[in-house]
Amino acid sequence: MIATASSVHSRKSRAVQDYTDGAGALDMHRVRQAFPIFKEKVYGKPLIYLDSAATSQKPLNVIDAMSRFFLMENANVHRGVHYLSERATEAYEGARSKVQRFLNAGDSHEIVFVRGTTEAINLVAQTYGRAHLRSGDEVLITAMEHHSNIVPWQMLCEQTGASLRVAPMDDAGCLILDEMEKRIGPRTKLVAVTHVSNALGTINPIRRIIDMAHAYNARVLVDGAQAAPHLNIDVRALDCDFYAISGHKMYGPTGIGVLYGKSELLNAMPPYQGGGDMIVSVSFEKSSYAVPPHKFEAGTPNMVGAVGLAAAIDFLSDVGGEALSEHESDVLTYGIRALSRMPMVRLIGAAPERVGVISFVLEDVHPHDIGTILDREGIAIRTGHHCAQPLMKHFGLPATARVSLACYNTREDIDALVEGLTKVQAVFQ
Amino acid sequence: MKTGRGGAEIRKRAGARVGTDLKDLYQEVIIDHNRRPRNFRKMEDATRTADGFNPLCGDQISIYVKLSDNVIEDVAFHGVGCAISKASASLLTTALQGKSREEATALFKQVRAMLTDGPAGSVMPESMGKLAVLSGVWEFPMRIKCATLAWHTLMGALEATGERVTTEEET
Repeated sequence: MIATASSVHSRKSRAVQDYTDGAGALDMHRVRQAFPIFKEKVYGKPLIYLDSAATSQKPLNVIDAMSRFFLMENANVHRGVHYLSERATEAYEGARSKVQRFLNAGDSHEIVFVRGTTEAINLVAQTYGRAHLRSGDEVLITAMEHHSNIVPWQMLCEQTGASLRVAPMDDAGCLILDEMEKRIGPRTKLVAVTHVSNALGTINPIRRIIDMAHAYNARVLVDGAQAAPHLNIDVRALDCDFYAISGHKMYGPTGIGVLYGKSELLNAMPPYQGGGDMIVSVSFEKSSYAVPPHKFEAGTPNMVGAVGLAAAIDFLSDVGGEALSEHESDVLTYGIRALSRMPMVRLIGAAPERVGVISFVLEDVHPHDIGTILDREGIAIRTGHHCAQPLMKHFGLPATARVSLACYNTREDIDALVEGLTKVQAVFQ
Repeated sequence: MKTGRGGAEIRKRAGARVGTDLKDLYQEVIIDHNRRPRNFRKMEDATRTADGFNPLCGDQISIYVKLSDNVIEDVAFHGVGCAISKASASLLTTALQGKSREEATALFKQVRAMLTDGPAGSVMPESMGKLAVLSGVWEFPMRIKCATLAWHTLMGALEATGERVTTEEET
């Protein structure tokens, strides 16, 4: 290769969008304008989207970046020497570097593209886990995990004879760290814990948990799906061994996610799936594998997904930081206060450190009915067990209603929710 | 499974009935049966029972039947669920007391057709007595399984396969 596409046609450095007003706060008009979906009406009413923990809406720059890729850059990566293949490779590997900076990883080789957090966890369970766990070893998870951070470990334990242990949480929805520490010992090989609870919004003291695990040489996987859209993530400061995120929860597309793993771990792990792109050479006698991250990326990857994810990181960096977290915590506090004032509402979880998630139930009205009635008001919330049935069991509930916030939500959205809940009450009176 | 309703159809349904449809769903009879469910108890001497589960929303219903000479002498239900699933189960128990097994099966088919086919189907709500209040559920595709849960569970009890009935295995 004489010259790479990047040296010949280097991409214009992108124009940074400013979403703040003169005083350093978010300009909500501008933020909401970045999301075309808010022009849509639901049953003739403006869309009030309070289900971002399920999936966030997508800003125009993400939609544009993905469409531009198909319009102008589409070809397969890492293969052809032709112009478009180099452009595509540059876009794909550029996205990897962007993710590396987003997570503050030390090396872009530590960034593995996967379908999402679920695949990232399964990858670690089936490669690292199967290579290192034996009968008598233990995997520790917590009572607030999403099913995607429970089931892969159950499968691994079945395959290896290791046992699964669970750290409890209290009624506020916080992990009981003393109890967690008691469950970590020389048998513990892996601790898998969520950074932020999808059902309650609780932010876990991840750094402390990682220290507790490392004291016994246990590896730690952090499920960062709910943290990525809200918190600054620094995998080196956390010293986590694995960190998993999903593009679609952080303003990016579905079908793309990231597994961060420390170099020395990824190097020593067996491959996940076999196929093209993950090999150095193949013969019928023996194939030799590529080095990470390609070792874990068999087959043609989700290139346009990676491009979309990179654009989502751009969006987050433009909108993000202080202004975003102040705005989200303002709407959260406003929401908690507004719902607390409604006599029939019972809030579930009361973690002092949390992102914009409010879980609640109404006396005598099932969450499903709340969801249907609010829906006809144009208000989208999640109702059900939130893929966290053990957590629901802890609270003795089959389901809750969940409001989850993102950058585009406002106090007015909360006002509409309160009005909607009043209608729910009226239907059931 | 009878899902796969296109977005266009959902929009058409919604567009046609804006404003009135919530009342179609939450009719007074449904609210009443939700608040005061009939035959809501565990039956100690049931001859047939089945548990129904909707994994999507966590609704769980147990149906108890006392079957004697192919006749439903008594039927009751217990469990947790939304207003639609509870009211549907409650209405089921009032509709089936004293009915034969064949009549129950026939009614199950009619209710299912009314819920899934809507006005275009062969079942006229007018012919369904009190069960007609369930016809409004047709306009809410996401809620049809709530209304059919008790009925599928009943069939499970009458067939007594002993397996838990789930709405995700509907065919």
